[in-house]
Amino acid sequence: MYEVRFHGRGGQGAVTAAAMLAAALLEEGKYAVSIPSFGFERRGAPVVSFLRCSDREIRQLTNIYTPDCLICVDPSLARSVDIFSGLKPGGTLVQATHKPLAEVALADAVGVVGLCDAIGIALEVFKRPITNTLMLGAFARTTGVVSLEALKRSLADSDFRDAGLAQNLTALERGYNETTVYTIERRVAA
Amino acid sequence: MNTAALDVPDQAGPAKQKVILCEGNEAAALAVALARPDMVAVYPITPQSSLVEHVAKLIADGRMDADIVDAEGEHSVLSVLQGGALAGARTYTATCGPGLAFMFEPYFRTSGMRLPIVMSIVTRDGITPQSVWGGHQDAMTVREVGWVQLYCETVQEVLDTTVMAFKIAEHHDVMLPVNVCLDGNYLSYGTSRVELPDQAEVDAFLGVKNVNWHVALDPLRPMAVDPLTGGSGGKGPATFVRYRKGQCRGMQNSLRVIEEVHEEWAQRFGRRFAPLVEEYRLDGADYAIMTLGSMSGAAKDAIDEARDAGKRVGLIKLKTFSPFPVEALLKSLAKIQALGVVDRSVGFRWNCGPMYQETMGALYRLGRHVPSMSFIGGLAGADITVGHFHRVIEATEKLLSGPAPTEPVWLNERD
Repeated sequence: MYEVRFHGRGGQGAVTAAAMLAAALLEEGKYAVSIPSFGFERRGAPVVSFLRCSDREIRQLTNIYTPDCLICVDPSLARSVDIFSGLKPGGTLVQATHKPLAEVALADAVGVVGLCDAIGIALEVFKRPITNTLMLGAFARTTGVVSLEALKRSLADSDFRDAGLAQNLTALERGYNETTVYTIERRVAA
Repeated sequence: MNTAALDVPDQAGPAKQKVILCEGNEAAALAVALARPDMVAVYPITPQSSLVEHVAKLIADGRMDADIVDAEGEHSVLSVLQGGALAGARTYTATCGPGLAFMFEPYFRTSGMRLPIVMSIVTRDGITPQSVWGGHQDAMTVREVGWVQLYCETVQEVLDTTVMAFKIAEHHDVMLPVNVCLDGNYLSYGTSRVELPDQAEVDAFLGVKNVNWHVALDPLRPMAVDPLTGGSGGKGPATFVRYRKGQCRGMQNSLRVIEEVHEEWAQRFGRRFAPLVEEYRLDGADYAIMTLGSMSGAAKDAIDEARDAGKRVGLIKLKTFSPFPVEALLKSLAKIQALGVVDRSVGFRWNCGPMYQETMGALYRLGRHVPSMSFIGGLAGADITVGHFHRVIEATEKLLSGPAPTEPVWLNERD
């Protein structure tokens, strides 16, 4: 079982991203379940969604408390929400940011980081800061849990059409290509 | 959201099916389309809204040939469908929580008139305090109104059960309205892989529609419908008793029909769901926990872990809650020495969960004392995790050697 928690703000598509990732994993013959957090989501308010994937059928329909991976599609969110809560030791953070690694706040549990300037790229591709498909590309690059090809096929099968589809395919590919992956070396306690 | 179809390479069932990814609300809508209703009436309410939006879209896209009535409220929704059902239409709607409360007057009439309307309840906790999240309080509140109520565990089961509900409701030995209950939030918005049955196979499964054979708004067969009965003189009391006894007979008949319909579904589509009561790893168990709805998946994972740790525990899951499947449940209860029942709603009168209260009635019929206790969790959208179920298992195990608490355990009290 591999567990992912998405963090974003209302309107950025974190819930949609979880469902798109589930579709891509299904394409690859895996079982996947996604569940959004619930509430009166408002544009700009912090939102969470969850995704589980496995080679076997997934039975538990619950939220995720100890994720293997965090995908944070908003660069400012970590200042207001504890996105690292429950992250498994050595876990992965896929973060939208234009900052270098040294300026990104990390919890001790983080073992792998993928950084992508998703806002900057989104402003070029969409003229708006919509980062969800970009960050799926960044996730694929960072973790290898899903292939870029499966994500593309699931986008092509989704409700996106014509120009919107082309833009999102571009965003996906740029997210994949323009993500830098770091392995965090842990200093052994003296 | 992603309805693009893939071929299933290792299809186990006899019928050709496509694999899609969708949320529970969309699965219900797709099932309704497969059942080819003549008429649906809708009023959106959280967390049911995306279900009726999917239904409206299926109709707008020409994938479903039904009249849709966008009524001004839930009372009108069900009243409109009563007219449709009396005229021989196959009818469907969905609601929850305050919408179900507003629907109560025609809701009561539907079962008395023996109208086989199918209605999803995308279960939502009760107000007040204000909450828009899932919980079984709405469906539990109306459990004594003569509707058949089936609870689903997975998105696939939502789809399959919604189709089956029409066959159960319209069976001539039943002729009762059916609620398909799917947990608000976790099932309504939970997105997973489902197999979509082939339309021709569903057509063959449901057979020729025959809804208005017993009462009808038909000028060629004029009859009085819903007469004034009761009182204390003349034919009134006996007539009223005949109505009520007929409803109870239909409810009892439905237990057999639910089993038959599930069996036929399994043979046609290759998916087998326990129709009344499911046992999971109950053989060789000293004690059991009991669940309802989408919580059951996490419960099964917890049972597996507890069994690996040497605990002799099993699971009893109800699918059919109304009518209460007493005989089927007794067969399961006969296997165990202690029981913990997890409810997703509150029984205010007995200070326990409603399913626990009903199960105590069944335990009395067992004729042997089985220590038991009530757990209440998952209220108003709260989660019931594998960890919560480990607490349930531990507390239930203690009943084997110690006293049973008289108070319920509130699972999310310190979450």
